[in-house]
Amino acid sequence: MPHAVTFQKVSRHFGSVRAVDAVDLEVEAGEFFAMLGPSGSGKTTCLRLIAGFEQPTSGHIEIFGETAEGVPPYRRNVNTVFQDYALFPHLNVADNVAYGQMIRGVGKAERLRDAEAALEMVKLPGYGARKPGELSGGQRQRVALARALVNKPKVLLLDEPLGALDLKLREQMQEELKTLQKALGITFVFVTHDQGEALSMADRIAVFNHGKIMQTGTPEEIYRRPKTRFVADFVGSSNVLSPAFTRRLGGPAEWASLRPEDIRIGAEGGHEARVTGSSFLGNATRLTLDMAGEKLTVLLPAGSAVPAPGASVRFSWEPSALHLMGTET
Amino acid sequence: MTAAAAPGAILPGRGGLGGALSDAFWRNPKLLLFVMLTPPLLWLGIIYLGSLFALLIQSFFSIDEFSGLVVREFTLKTYGELLRPSNLDIIVRTVTMAGLVTIASAIIAFPIAYYAARYAKGRWKAIFYLGVMLPLWSSYLVKVYAWKLILAKEGILSWIFAKLHLTPLIDGWLALPVVGGNSLSVSPTGTFLVFVYVWLPFMILPVQAALERVPTNLLEASADLGASPRQTFSHVLLPLALPGVIAGSIFTFSLTLGDYIIPQIIGTSHLFIGMAVYAHQGTAGNIPLAAAFTVVPVVIMGIYLWLAKRAGAFNAL
Repeated sequence: MPHAVTFQKVSRHFGSVRAVDAVDLEVEAGEFFAMLGPSGSGKTTCLRLIAGFEQPTSGHIEIFGETAEGVPPYRRNVNTVFQDYALFPHLNVADNVAYGQMIRGVGKAERLRDAEAALEMVKLPGYGARKPGELSGGQRQRVALARALVNKPKVLLLDEPLGALDLKLREQMQEELKTLQKALGITFVFVTHDQGEALSMADRIAVFNHGKIMQTGTPEEIYRRPKTRFVADFVGSSNVLSPAFTRRLGGPAEWASLRPEDIRIGAEGGHEARVTGSSFLGNATRLTLDMAGEKLTVLLPAGSAVPAPGASVRFSWEPSALHLMGTET
Repeated sequence: MTAAAAPGAILPGRGGLGGALSDAFWRNPKLLLFVMLTPPLLWLGIIYLGSLFALLIQSFFSIDEFSGLVVREFTLKTYGELLRPSNLDIIVRTVTMAGLVTIASAIIAFPIAYYAARYAKGRWKAIFYLGVMLPLWSSYLVKVYAWKLILAKEGILSWIFAKLHLTPLIDGWLALPVVGGNSLSVSPTGTFLVFVYVWLPFMILPVQAALERVPTNLLEASADLGASPRQTFSHVLLPLALPGVIAGSIFTFSLTLGDYIIPQIIGTSHLFIGMAVYAHQGTAGNIPLAAAFTVVPVVIMGIYLWLAKRAGAFNAL
């Protein structure tokens, strides 16, 4: 079975800006794939290249084994859930959802029945007669999802779909999207700048920076074994240790990543550092330590004793927690 | 810091009438609105709507045919006169012309407005506005007389057609009944061309404003859902730009309905509503009939807007 999406040395330049720079990418059929990166890292442009809104400056794109460059968006069996939903304001919810089928010439009764079924799937039954303007952000998001899924696309593209929702709603939608994707078996390609979202939802993640993919892998791999300083820092805000610092802590002279939650604070053993600040996060407390000019972040689980700023503490970690990333990153 | 220099949590009032007024307006925003709106509303209500109402009343008076004096008694006689074949002819001619001018303006304006709204940036946008507005800055009469020369039998247009060996095309068109005439400058075709030229900016600007408000991602969403550019145009772009087209058509339609100079300078001797009003209130002294003629465009515009609303033209607003 061919890959759902294949990029071979794909670039997209806007003038002198290399939004996407020689990207190689393979999305497996049926997987939940996340493209993670800061804004301007090229992840959204990659999504738009799959949708067909952008054409590559160079390189080759395949969707389920078929060449995609030069093919307009309306001839791709790929649907998009837009960041700000892009619902048609002059059509009611049912006609929005039925739009794709209306374009394909499906009869009115049939397409409205399918639209209602799709609305039921996203838990908005009976909302067909309303206008998009009468819905809340979360409801609009569901309508946009229904409008895309009702066409049974080969690939569903989601462009930061949860960005505008509040935290509680976002967590609920993450759950539902994941369930929906498993139930339908459709390949999802999901763009986000929220590493927590990518880690919790995706089967595999590609981490973008400056138009390039830094690392591709499962959430576990990306989190536990970041290949570069950027990935370590961007995913889970790890402590990135310089080769000199790693050496002082008793490791080899290499870049290393040490997760804040892997550091333990104790009375003896390990190394000594001074507490420079602490902030209460609810489920944990974040401490910042200073060890002779080098900064370290430590995440203390809730309930543990929090040393006061200025205090001298000793810290240590399990040997396996220190992840080495080589000398050149 | 001394106690005098340290400001307290609440600053003292600014003092004077200005300070008191500022505070009063802040506490009662409606008072400010009232003060701001009263003069223009008085102007609009009395000078504008009042005179329109006076006109409406005039149309229900009649003229004594023997003495030529206005009889100030309520009657529908004047409206009966309006429906005489010769007057009905004027109304039908004017409304047809206004309709055709509006349709032609919309068709010409849309691509220009689309370009300006979607593609023109920075300097090109400035050039667009200048190009559209510039003709509005020069005198209307100068433009109309310029067109008379362009369209005349010995004018530049027939000269160009002659150079291109296309003279039979013009002659053939002019030989047609209804639209033809001795030359373009004395044919309904000429009247139509000049109307379209003069009112086009009034269509371009509102359509451009409406198109500018259509988010690009709606067009992308439509393509994403399988719609070809033509389908996107008819299902998304046009419905969303329709309020702008309607706004523009109100201008082109009503301006054509009321104009009496263009058909007088360029066109046949057949009258348009504006010319009839001009003739009846001036030389003929038949103010009631002139008033009744003036009511016609008002009624037509009312019906037009009602139909547009029923057709859902304003749903996107």
